[in-house]
Amino acid sequence: MNNLIKGEKHDWEMVIGLEIHAQVKSNSKLFSSSSTKFGSLPNSQVSLVDAAMPGMLPVINKYCVEQAVKTGVGLNAKINNYSVFDRKNYFYADLPQGYQISQYKYPIVGEGKVTIDFKDGTSKDIRIVRLHLEQDAGKSLHDQNPSKTYVDLNRSGVALMEIVSEPDIRTPDEAGMYISKIRSILMYLDTCDGNMQEGSLRADVNISVRKPGEEYGTRCEIKNLNSIKFIKQAINYEAKRQIEILESGGSIEQNTMLFNTSTGKTRPMRNKEEAHDYRYFPDPDLLPLEISEEEIGKIKSSIPELPDELKNKFIDNYKLSNYDASVLTADKQTSDYFNQSINSDPELKNHAKIVVNWITSELFSLLNKNNIELKNSPVSPENLGQLIKLISTNEISGKIAKDVLEDMFSSGKTAKQIVDDKGLQQVTDQGEIEEVIDEVIKDNPKMVEQYLGGKDKLLGFFVGQAMKKTKGKANPKILNDILKNKLNKKN
Amino acid sequence: MTKPSLKKTLNDLETKKISIKELNQDYLKQIKEKENLNIFIYFSEDNVLEQIENLEKDNSTKKLNGIPIAVKDLFCTKSMPTTAASKILENFNPTYESFVTQKLLDEGSIFVGKTNLDEFAMGSATNTSFFGNTINPLSKKNEPLAPGGSSGGSAAAVAADLCLGATGTDTGGSIRQPASFCGVVGIKPTYGLCSRWGIAAFASSLDQAGIFSHNVEDASILLKSIAGFDKRDSTSAKVDIPNYFENLDDDLNGKTVGIPKEYSIDGTPMEISQIWEDAIKVLEKKGVKIKNISLPHTKYALPTYYIIAPAEASSNLARYDGVKYGFRSEEIDSLDAMYENTRAQGFGREVKRRILIGTYVLSAGYYDAYYLKAQKVRKLIADDFNKAFQECDFIVTPTAPSAAFPLNEKQNDPIKMYLNDVFTVPASLAGLPGISIPFGKDKNNLPLGIQILGKHFDEQQVFNAALSLERSYE
Repeated sequence: MNNLIKGEKHDWEMVIGLEIHAQVKSNSKLFSSSSTKFGSLPNSQVSLVDAAMPGMLPVINKYCVEQAVKTGVGLNAKINNYSVFDRKNYFYADLPQGYQISQYKYPIVGEGKVTIDFKDGTSKDIRIVRLHLEQDAGKSLHDQNPSKTYVDLNRSGVALMEIVSEPDIRTPDEAGMYISKIRSILMYLDTCDGNMQEGSLRADVNISVRKPGEEYGTRCEIKNLNSIKFIKQAINYEAKRQIEILESGGSIEQNTMLFNTSTGKTRPMRNKEEAHDYRYFPDPDLLPLEISEEEIGKIKSSIPELPDELKNKFIDNYKLSNYDASVLTADKQTSDYFNQSINSDPELKNHAKIVVNWITSELFSLLNKNNIELKNSPVSPENLGQLIKLISTNEISGKIAKDVLEDMFSSGKTAKQIVDDKGLQQVTDQGEIEEVIDEVIKDNPKMVEQYLGGKDKLLGFFVGQAMKKTKGKANPKILNDILKNKLNKKN
Repeated sequence: MTKPSLKKTLNDLETKKISIKELNQDYLKQIKEKENLNIFIYFSEDNVLEQIENLEKDNSTKKLNGIPIAVKDLFCTKSMPTTAASKILENFNPTYESFVTQKLLDEGSIFVGKTNLDEFAMGSATNTSFFGNTINPLSKKNEPLAPGGSSGGSAAAVAADLCLGATGTDTGGSIRQPASFCGVVGIKPTYGLCSRWGIAAFASSLDQAGIFSHNVEDASILLKSIAGFDKRDSTSAKVDIPNYFENLDDDLNGKTVGIPKEYSIDGTPMEISQIWEDAIKVLEKKGVKIKNISLPHTKYALPTYYIIAPAEASSNLARYDGVKYGFRSEEIDSLDAMYENTRAQGFGREVKRRILIGTYVLSAGYYDAYYLKAQKVRKLIADDFNKAFQECDFIVTPTAPSAAFPLNEKQNDPIKMYLNDVFTVPASLAGLPGISIPFGKDKNNLPLGIQILGKHFDEQQVFNAALSLERSYE
């Protein structure tokens, strides 16, 4: 695959690494018992600890630790039995303690990897450097008053997992696939709700460019991107910016950048000289975090099937392609739906590809059109299974099935009900079809003449006419066979 | 005049020789009489009277019912403001009660007021307070002496008979040194014995709450009251708290005392060396085996302490930024200006000095040479003690290198001031329990203190040895 981008003078390769900040799914914060609910009134979920009142002390939320371990297992990573919370010191109005409790030298999770799958059937591993736990800061609201900044501390102290990748990513698409895969794993594990709009999942992107085969170039970091679209846009813009500088003989300054979502451009926030000295040191209010192998084992055994395992199972059991299986398993809702649907009738196992197609194209397009999530689909997996069974047993044609699905979608009725009510069963009775064909031939003598004169393409016309008369219910194969037979006899 | 005692007073209250009101009114009178010593940052007669009224309504029997206690103004209290002796918290009223003070309230004690201290407990003379110096009650006329620090107000409150006990905190000697200067008993228990929850932090890995009292028995009663596990403090220890008072035993026959040679420091006044020797002799007479021990890393304790404590303080005090509570400067043209001016105007010189030191030693490029090295040395110092305690049951040393010095004497020489902690800091770094008891006087008739150090969570042995020395001295 060619991942290079063309510059004015030569080709360039992007080198990209991601730091993903995923909010841990938990009811309470990392070091306090305040609620983590999104969208509550400002400062309504702030404990004395979150507001950094004098003498207040952090106490680790064990559930968040378990969630981090679970995630580590999902990322095929090493879980560290010993990890340490450090203080990252800096001043900001929405950082009440004047430091963020994070993990620096000793993170809870070490090296791991995730696999991304391409359409052409190939796949690639992206290596994970580490995952660590840290607190989120509050929120500064600059737009509420012309001369004041307000601070909302609801988010202050909420647990985040920072997942750091190696610079293994080479294209914006790979970056998008990587973050989608991480999101999918987190959602299967139920360790993060994956909601990028609400900020539950955000990423910092490190990017540099180089001539293929050369050493890594100087990188810039684009902060706080909260959609896959923006991540791709920001990477594209930033890579182009860096290439232009390099090709005009300049050099890249190691900057921290911000991405403007309305202009689609990046701009520097601070350079290396202005970088903070965070003065990390172990937080003396907290003991080192020790997790026994036994505890890790317990957490491991509670982990559900993950997308890659499920993907392989789908490939083995249903002979699906790698890509089809990865599309199905990218989202737990989809794989659950597929599972329920295909298991609703033993017959369907032999028609897995049809089930996949009906879910990912027909059903998805209806859901999209109506802006409904799969979990709220008016067509249950069992009912879709029933519909597909009707197709596979030739009771209805694929074409009619589309109409039936739309009907199911709006009325909530089962496929069988609709087919019975409307008499949509496919006509497979030879005699009945012969009668229709005879009529069509009789009514269109000129066309018959032309067909016999060599215009083979007109066969379609006769099929169409016959279908019209049977309201689309005639079995197309039988119809075709009889039609050819009869026309040829005329010869 | 016989010294008042908590134990006797409890008895008098129980036998109705005196009422809670009568008792506390005596103390209120004395507090008002001695206002010139500037012992309290917060004192309100009405507040105390209200507490008495509430107690009188409550008929339950509590261990410290009606006992007047002074509280160092580093403990957050709901019913009184909490300042940490800093302008930056000048008008701060906590909505919560610290673990230690809550325990004292639960047992029915009366808080007579919040005592003065060095700002954020940084100092050894109670002279860095935003609210002015505290004067040692033992001062002679026209010769004001320092009460020691940082818990100078609490030590002075006990010495001046303004309460029957007081809370303190000790980070590097802040209970033991002022106890020595004021001629009272002061105990810093093992790190983790008392929860730090609700105590404004100075140096988290060293801060520990403790008690001032008139005598060892009283200290043993009060320490039991404030000790215990607290799930809100991750460094709080899950240990059973013995009934120290019930278990007191001054018979030390067969025990071994360790005498560390490194505590003989050039320049230590003769009188100090003398009381140390006296104490050793007394113990020997009581059948205690004298064991000369070595704590070879002692000389590194002070520099180690003055790296670790400021490092933690520089981070702990970052929360005082003018954003959420406490003092905020008027000059706030930008966020940075708000921080700079608030902290420049809100903190005193000593606090700023330590924040600067702490920030420096944690900086990129210096961390390994200072902070990391100091942590390693701290471990060596702790190992010294662990080794020594394989050969002895407790250790005896002087508490401080001098008696109370005149106010302002060392104000402009921070290094000299830091040397005050030379005997107390090593045990702080090792997290060990230590008590200071009055033992002898200097040539000016000022009290001198003897320090007894014990094994981790062996407060009982510390109390027993202290009681034995106290009884021989009386």
